[in-house]
Amino acid sequence: MGTPIATTDPGDRPLGPPARTSLGRRRPVLGFLGRRLAAGVATLLVASMLIFVMTEVLPGDVASVVLGRSATPESVKALEGKLALDRSVPERYLDWLGGLLTGDLGDSAVALAQGAEDPSVASRIGEPMRNSAILAGIAFVLFVPLALGLGVVSGVKAGRPLDYVLSLTALAVNALPEFVIATFLIIIFFNWLDLFPPVVGFGPGESPLAHTDSLVLPVLTLLAAAIATGLRMVRAGIVEVMRHDYVAMAELNGFSRRRVIWRYVVRNSMAPSVVVIAQVAAYLVAGIIITENVFNYPGIGRLLVDAVKNRDVSLVEDVAMILATVYVLVNIVADLIVVFLIPKLRTSQT
Amino acid sequence: MTLRPRLPRFVRPTGGKVGLILLTAVLLIALLGPLVAPHDPAQPIGLPGETPRAGAPLGTDGLGRDVLSRVLHGGLTVIGLGLAAAAVSYAGGLTIGLTAGYSRRLLDAFLMRGMDVLLAFPPLLFVLVLVTGAGTSAGVLVLAVGLVQMPGISRIVRAATLEVSVRGFVEAAVARGERVPAILGREILPNITAPVLADFGLRFTYAIIIIASMNFLGLGLTPPAADWGLMVAENRQFVTLNLWGVLAPAVMLALLTVAVNLIGDAHVKMLGRSSAAGAR
Repeated sequence: MGTPIATTDPGDRPLGPPARTSLGRRRPVLGFLGRRLAAGVATLLVASMLIFVMTEVLPGDVASVVLGRSATPESVKALEGKLALDRSVPERYLDWLGGLLTGDLGDSAVALAQGAEDPSVASRIGEPMRNSAILAGIAFVLFVPLALGLGVVSGVKAGRPLDYVLSLTALAVNALPEFVIATFLIIIFFNWLDLFPPVVGFGPGESPLAHTDSLVLPVLTLLAAAIATGLRMVRAGIVEVMRHDYVAMAELNGFSRRRVIWRYVVRNSMAPSVVVIAQVAAYLVAGIIITENVFNYPGIGRLLVDAVKNRDVSLVEDVAMILATVYVLVNIVADLIVVFLIPKLRTSQT
Repeated sequence: MTLRPRLPRFVRPTGGKVGLILLTAVLLIALLGPLVAPHDPAQPIGLPGETPRAGAPLGTDGLGRDVLSRVLHGGLTVIGLGLAAAAVSYAGGLTIGLTAGYSRRLLDAFLMRGMDVLLAFPPLLFVLVLVTGAGTSAGVLVLAVGLVQMPGISRIVRAATLEVSVRGFVEAAVARGERVPAILGREILPNITAPVLADFGLRFTYAIIIIASMNFLGLGLTPPAADWGLMVAENRQFVTLNLWGVLAPAVMLALLTVAVNLIGDAHVKMLGRSSAAGAR
């Protein structure tokens, strides 16, 4: 699917902009990358302040909440000392930010309270991050061909029964919360067909790839949610292009339907499709949070929700910052890909 | 064989109509449900996880409470909190968008960049972080979900305000010496409601989705409450005993969000705007 875009010869496009030299092309892209990166860094800096303010400045006595019923004035005082809660807010913020930049994520408040041997956040997030990356990665790799394929079919058959079924299903699934999709999948594939487990069947230290049956339903959940969005946007792009005169012209020239669709329609409708693929990649960053919690999948999303429940402030801050960074990065990469693949946008984007 | 797409004329009104019928049904159940529920939603009426029987047509949940009665009670919070969150986001989005669009100066840049920062987070992540600090309660949930949707709304409001504020009747009001609040409220606001409210359905769906998801995660309402999102979560481990404990609230949630989405989609299509962005 990717080849038609990658090998686009400007002379071949019916209504494209005039071809430019490859040298003249490079600089605007670099400038664009520079601006986007600078904006990304600025955004993340403000985001880090927001995260810190939301978790630490808002009322709530972290130490006694974390310690729970076992809290004594002394133990609260001791934990506050370990978490450096006696210092001023700006001081603690700069400390945290400096740590993030040098790769020191600090200690988990709950682990400190429980007197864990190694209370560092770093020791807690490595494996969940790998597991989440596997889950999101598989979903994404399956998503791209499926969404493009179904979207093209639906768009080409616009108004026919097949499109009607596909579009309406997508519209309905698109409106469902992920945990409802997951619940329906569990009822179908576990209760009725008894094919896949309703929660993952592997513990810490094991690779999800060794337990593929546990991966099926989480991946299906993410896929269903993502494809529902993707299909509608790809379809919209196809329908839009099919209205153009050059498509009718190509058809009147007697080109085969296959050739008209692939060389004229699909190739020219790639812009919205690439955008939607990028959006779905960004969506997955948050989509895993719910999905992992439904299936008890040991990833970063479950770690985050557990940390929120335990008021493990430092862990929440670090995970939120990591996810926000990934989110911003994915968006930048997506923008870059769009700019690379669709020359038209190079001039029009700021 | 033509390549031009025939406009699926039957799709639009059908989608909207189906949505309206479904929504009416769900609203009736949610609003009148508590009045007709056969049992107290908080009191056990039998053994845990009983399958449907006489007196409990949908069986009992993990604590032996009547599933039907809980489903009938569980819609109010879903719809109420969703509406409240949508109201918060429209109130904030209108205030910020109108101010930014009308001032067109430093204040504009400041407000809009501030809103942009919220977009650096995936919405659910923002809500989770806010809940970490502010604690779990219905009020915090409504505020958080309201905040998440504010950037999108304020952008639309700002764009519409920019367009309207240079029209003759606004300039006439300025020349008459009217105060800024009066100009914003009486001249501009009535003229931007159509584009601003166009995607209300999609935003309402989204508010319901996040709130239900937070309730499902156990970070919203607290357990004795009957709420569809919460019910799916608390009955999951009993799904092999009584399927209905999970299926019934999940179906109700699905019907509600799909119905609102169908109506919103039909409405947006009628206005001729691309609805491709969907609810997410």
